[in-house]
Amino acid sequence: MMTEMLDPVAKEQAMDEAVLQVQGLDVDIRTPKGTVRVVSSVGFSARRGKTLALLGESGCGKSMTAKAIAGLLDPVASVAGGKAYLDAQDLFSMNGKRRRAVAGEGLGIVFQDALAALNPVYTIGTQLGEAFRIHRGASRKQAKAEAIELMRRVGIPEPETRVNSYPHQFSGGMRQRILIAMAVALSPKLLIADEPTTALDVTVQAQIMQLLRKLRSEEQMAVVLITHDLAVVAEEADDVCVMYAGNVVEQGSVQRVFAQPTHPYTKGLLSSVPTDAHRGQGLTSIPGSPPELSKIPAGCVYQDRCPLAAAICREQRPELHETGPGQRSACHFSQQVAEMKPIDDSATGEDAH
Amino acid sequence: MATLEQATQLTKGKKRSDSRVSMFTMLLRDRFATVAAIFLTLVVLTAIFGPALMGDRATAQDLMFMNKAPFDPANGWLYFLGSDSLGRSVLARMVVATQTTLLVAVPAVLVALIIGSLWGVWAGYHRGRREAVSMRIADIIMSFPSLLLAVVVLFVFNPSAANIVLILAITRIPIYLRTARAESAELQSRTFVDAARTFGTKSNSIILRHVIPVVTPTLLTLATLEFCFVMLAESSLSFLGIGIQPPDVSWGLMVAQGRQYLQTAWWLSILPGLAIVLTAVAANVLAAWMRIATDPAQRWRLELDRKSTKAFEKATRQAAKMQVKKGND
Amino acid sequence: MLTYLRKRIIASALPLVVVIIGVFALARMTGNPAALYLPLNATDTMREEFAARNGLDQPILVQMAQYFGGIFRLDFGTSMRTGEDAATMALRAFPATLQLAATTMIIAILLAVVVGSVAAMKPNGIWDRCSSFISMTAASIPDFWLAIVGIWVFAITLGWVPTSGVVGAAAWFLPVATLVMRPFGTLVQVIRGAMVSALSEPYIKLARSKGATEYRVIGQHALRNAAAPGLTVAGDLTVGLVNGAVVVETIFGWPGIGKLMIDSIMQRDFAVLQACVLLTAVAIFILNILIDLGYALLDPRVRPSAGARKRRKARAAQGPTQGSDPRTPQLVGASMATTESIRGN
Repeated sequence: MMTEMLDPVAKEQAMDEAVLQVQGLDVDIRTPKGTVRVVSSVGFSARRGKTLALLGESGCGKSMTAKAIAGLLDPVASVAGGKAYLDAQDLFSMNGKRRRAVAGEGLGIVFQDALAALNPVYTIGTQLGEAFRIHRGASRKQAKAEAIELMRRVGIPEPETRVNSYPHQFSGGMRQRILIAMAVALSPKLLIADEPTTALDVTVQAQIMQLLRKLRSEEQMAVVLITHDLAVVAEEADDVCVMYAGNVVEQGSVQRVFAQPTHPYTKGLLSSVPTDAHRGQGLTSIPGSPPELSKIPAGCVYQDRCPLAAAICREQRPELHETGPGQRSACHFSQQVAEMKPIDDSATGEDAH
Repeated sequence: MATLEQATQLTKGKKRSDSRVSMFTMLLRDRFATVAAIFLTLVVLTAIFGPALMGDRATAQDLMFMNKAPFDPANGWLYFLGSDSLGRSVLARMVVATQTTLLVAVPAVLVALIIGSLWGVWAGYHRGRREAVSMRIADIIMSFPSLLLAVVVLFVFNPSAANIVLILAITRIPIYLRTARAESAELQSRTFVDAARTFGTKSNSIILRHVIPVVTPTLLTLATLEFCFVMLAESSLSFLGIGIQPPDVSWGLMVAQGRQYLQTAWWLSILPGLAIVLTAVAANVLAAWMRIATDPAQRWRLELDRKSTKAFEKATRQAAKMQVKKGND
Repeated sequence: MLTYLRKRIIASALPLVVVIIGVFALARMTGNPAALYLPLNATDTMREEFAARNGLDQPILVQMAQYFGGIFRLDFGTSMRTGEDAATMALRAFPATLQLAATTMIIAILLAVVVGSVAAMKPNGIWDRCSSFISMTAASIPDFWLAIVGIWVFAITLGWVPTSGVVGAAAWFLPVATLVMRPFGTLVQVIRGAMVSALSEPYIKLARSKGATEYRVIGQHALRNAAAPGLTVAGDLTVGLVNGAVVVETIFGWPGIGKLMIDSIMQRDFAVLQACVLLTAVAIFILNILIDLGYALLDPRVRPSAGARKRRKARAAQGPTQGSDPRTPQLVGASMATTESIRGN
């Protein structure tokens, strides 16, 4: 079953399950020094009622991918190729009007920094009700009633009085709840959550993730969760898509990928997490840092940091290929990676040769 | 103006000689700013050498050439900008007026700049009571209706050029005072000032070595804008009859004197006013450029050479168009 | 609210007192009015009598004390010129200035919001460059010259409007058109800058993610945020208009407070001059409170008590630097917003 889900060219029977399908997405950014490809042929699909995690370091293009899908790219960035289907509607070929109709109704997005994302000069009620005013033609009064209902759903105490408060009068956790409420206001089919808990305390993070989980099962939304946090992926996501330097390097079910990574980058990430298993040993980290996006080498994007890098890696960029049930990896040596011990220094360390 | 501008060039040039693109190159890459700088340089050169070249032509009356309209080559270069009711050359008078105008505006700006900046840096560095008192004084000066104050003062003391400079300088000191104070108050809490302090450096030398160099670009930009304001203020005062007094002549005074001949000889008022406007716009454009050039966050715009900028913009526009086209399909 | 008012009054009291004392002292330095009001052959007794009648024989400190005493009884003295109550004269002239200032500001704000917003939609676009150049020029034109050009073109050459007076709509055209330039030029730059920064905020993306139309995004989400800095600068410009319409009022014979002030100085009519200064100062004081309240209304993060502080911050943020002076927006603000559009071309 996994196989179909993760195949970007989805099989027929999967169509009704896959809410979002992204194929070969390219995103370019224009800088003073020329055009830089920040997202390169990224493909994945998100299933109804399930969470797909886009995992990667900052700057790996995961946020850019999400913005491209949501149609919220900055003016300097643009989609250079690929397709994104939301329930068979092609998102990239829509005109402005249809795009706006989809925004909110079909696709909701939760931003990272709730304080910056909420308009400081309007009350929470106004902003929560705005979606109903735009899409459902609700009156001010109806919109406010809907806003109160939403606030109740996301667990904000005393919604009747707090509906007239302004964003700065809420705590960080409450603001994030409001942002989530705004994204799910019209029960969209797809919810994109862009690092929704990064700015929050650990305890609040757990509450927010719990809320997202609750809403996902209530609404049967597909959730795309963008994060750099392996623990969050392990706990929350069903599927994972590991990104590196604008490319997908490995994807599959979280269970599979985390149990038996088939890309050295995934392996390196996993072994850099402190677990009980290697208590007492030193923590490992991946040597080096991601390449500058303007200087991505030919061949494999991970070659500079990869302990397994060989001549072929310098010449030929590995394609994503099946490495297990529902699992795909973009590594010439995925077989060798898979056969190494799950947590093994050799995947990341110096003694790779 | 020249002094200001050149001073900016010099300090910048020295400080950033190691950076890839010099201030001068950056200036050349901004067409607007280049034109503004050239224009201001011409104005300054005119002010310095013009009156000597014109000799007594500015005051020479020639009844043969009364109220000649401008732009008539038949009258010769001297009367290219026309003549007034006494047959004096407007061109010659404007050249002489350039000097008077700048001799009021530049010293007024410099006096206010130096006093205001040093005072502000000092107040901001020491904080506490010194800062509070300074700001109160600034508030008080600012709460006078400044034009009225100038009118009253110049009415009391005779309106000589020195008095105009003084009153304009005093009323503009708070501008620099506030800016310098804010910047220096922010700086004095920074680590590099703390570091200097832990070495036992005296506060005066910290101010001199660490605070002043940082605030200078900002204050020079402000001074360029202020030059524009002060010049307009002087011309307003001269226009009201309490600024520059005849037989001296400034642009503002020429506008005022020409006013009564508006029906018969429009050029007497309009042309000197145009000189004011052009100089003010040039100072504004240059200040705008200086702000970008001295702002590390924005300087890259000027460091790019024009060709690549153009190419980039073209690409941006095309991409935007393509997006729109795609969207409309 | 009350604490805020008290704070404001205390903060404004000192400058106000200093201004009154300053104007009082300076006015008396302009010379003895007796020379102006009595015939040249007036005898010494006549002069003394004149001085005594107007309290000019007392030492200046006594005069000042009397004057301050009078203020508390709402007695601002009488005009030497007309014998009328000085306060009445000032109050009579004030509406003309206020009307002129209000008309000017309303037009300037409306124009600037439209031009500035459109310019901000495509930073560095052709429209942005044009509007930045126009606004920069508008902010640099001396008003007296513009008034003269206006008279030359519209009154003398075309004969469409009268050269002076307050009768009829045509008479308003030139004074308003002259005065509108600087506020318009300054505000375009401020609003454009504020709109550009507002449009790059994440909350704009959030609004778009809800499917808001461009009109809604720009007209509501961005403009409401850009309004606060705009209001601050507009307030300062209004103060400038109330304060400095002297030139334009003189040229067009507009019977406002600026013209009355100049006339009073020239005629050494101290009581009227002081009443005018005091009235202007009070008007500016009230205006500043209104701006603070308006700011608090526009930006809920600012409570009235913190209004002034926040406002100052916001103003500083628009200037070339953090601490730029808030009261010279016409020049400090000028070109701040246009910086980006100037480069390269």
